[in-house]
Amino acid sequence: MSSIGTGYDLSVTTFSPDGRVFQIEYAAKAVDNSGTVVGIKCKDGIVMGVEKLIASKMMLPGSNRRIHSVHRHAGMAVAGLAADGRQIVARAKSEARSYESVYGDAVPVKELSERVASYVHLCTLYWWLRPFGCGVILGGYDKDGPQLYMIEPSGISYRYFGAAIGKGKQAAKTEIEKLKLSEMTCKEGVIEVAKIIYKLHDEAKDKAFELEMSWICEDSKREHQKVPDDLLEEAKTAAKTALEEMDAD
Amino acid sequence: MTFTIPIDNGDALKNAETDSQRTLYPYVTGTSIVAIKYKDGVLMASDMGGSYGSTLRYKNIERVKAIGKHSLLGASGEISDFQEILRYLDELVLNDNMWDDGNSLGPKEVHNYLTRVMYNRRNKFNPLWNTLVLGGVKNGQSYLGMVSMIGVSFEDNHVATGFGNHLARPILRDEWHADLSFEDGVKLLEKCMRVLLYRDRSAINKLQISKITEEGVTVSQPYSLKTFWEFQAFHNPTAGAQGSW
Repeated sequence: MSSIGTGYDLSVTTFSPDGRVFQIEYAAKAVDNSGTVVGIKCKDGIVMGVEKLIASKMMLPGSNRRIHSVHRHAGMAVAGLAADGRQIVARAKSEARSYESVYGDAVPVKELSERVASYVHLCTLYWWLRPFGCGVILGGYDKDGPQLYMIEPSGISYRYFGAAIGKGKQAAKTEIEKLKLSEMTCKEGVIEVAKIIYKLHDEAKDKAFELEMSWICEDSKREHQKVPDDLLEEAKTAAKTALEEMDAD
Repeated sequence: MTFTIPIDNGDALKNAETDSQRTLYPYVTGTSIVAIKYKDGVLMASDMGGSYGSTLRYKNIERVKAIGKHSLLGASGEISDFQEILRYLDELVLNDNMWDDGNSLGPKEVHNYLTRVMYNRRNKFNPLWNTLVLGGVKNGQSYLGMVSMIGVSFEDNHVATGFGNHLARPILRDEWHADLSFEDGVKLLEKCMRVLLYRDRSAINKLQISKITEEGVTVSQPYSLKTFWEFQAFHNPTAGAQGSW
């Protein structure tokens, strides 16, 4: 739904006559142009995966991380402008640290997502600040169990059991809806997320990509960490096989 | 022991504020820590007492904690300052973990960090009133070092704090040798801790021995040492003294 907001889109402090703030919508477009980020909440934890589009053949695999730990029990996957994402992650780390320092306990994921959302929203209120050009999927495990939140450039934050942002978000959402997440363990979830990302990667339009995945579950002792190498390899192989089967049809 | 650094002459209010913020004397203190390098890593012994002056007030204080994957930190001196140091180190280790780059802080790095913190605090006349023992193993290399409250820092094959310096280290100088087995190491530490138990009035008979190797950290359950009080000299200690019966 693109419309030119001539005249009403020059500043984030201007509303259009039909009640939209165009600058925020344009910021969301920056997110839509980036590689897909997928997050799901399984029975026993969270799995997040990123389709990292490789800009240059000379990039070292494993560099340019898109998924960051925000505390022991929470992690964030970023889509959109990478530098903006770095700021959001830094802020989230700082909020988590300060909560623990004051209250003596790990920050509940809901509280953390509210703080990050407030911060993102802050940058949509002043004409001398531009909105963040990135969306974030925040996954964490606290006393209330595993939780998944998504924060958009507008500062909206909702809780999800399956979320996707970036280029292939529509296709990803359709695939996620097919899954029975409440019965799936994280080990199975890792394979499913890999399959989804491989499926919606467009070979024609985009160059090669690298799959980056993380999880928080009982197997990771409720700590946010990269998916172990052997499981990641297993997931990649399963995804490639599933793609070949599809192509063979 | 009050140090006043006059900022403005006669600005009593300002001085009073800054004075009340500085550490002047310790309140709840832990006594000696004794640590040695052995074949597989480092062994550290400490008792579980926290004294409030001459009262043995707290009897369940863990004065040795694991730091990250590769280090063990033992502290004697003010317990609240030790807890503060643990908070600093917790943040340090968390930030290190969040990089997720396959590297982790080793004992040498932690020791250096602590030395900087202690020395800087001392320069501001606001010390953390502790003597810290840092032991660890990384990539097969054992490490054992110490930092005092004035920032004096060094490494050695065996270290001790407080009374341990005077009572335990002479024993270690005679009987420590490289490649001690775990059992021999524990026996040696127990020998030192027994002497401390007899002679240090702030020691209690409830100790923990912590071990760090390449595999990780193990802290033993608290236990007591057997003591012997049937020496002849103790039977009638006041015999012959003036005024005794």
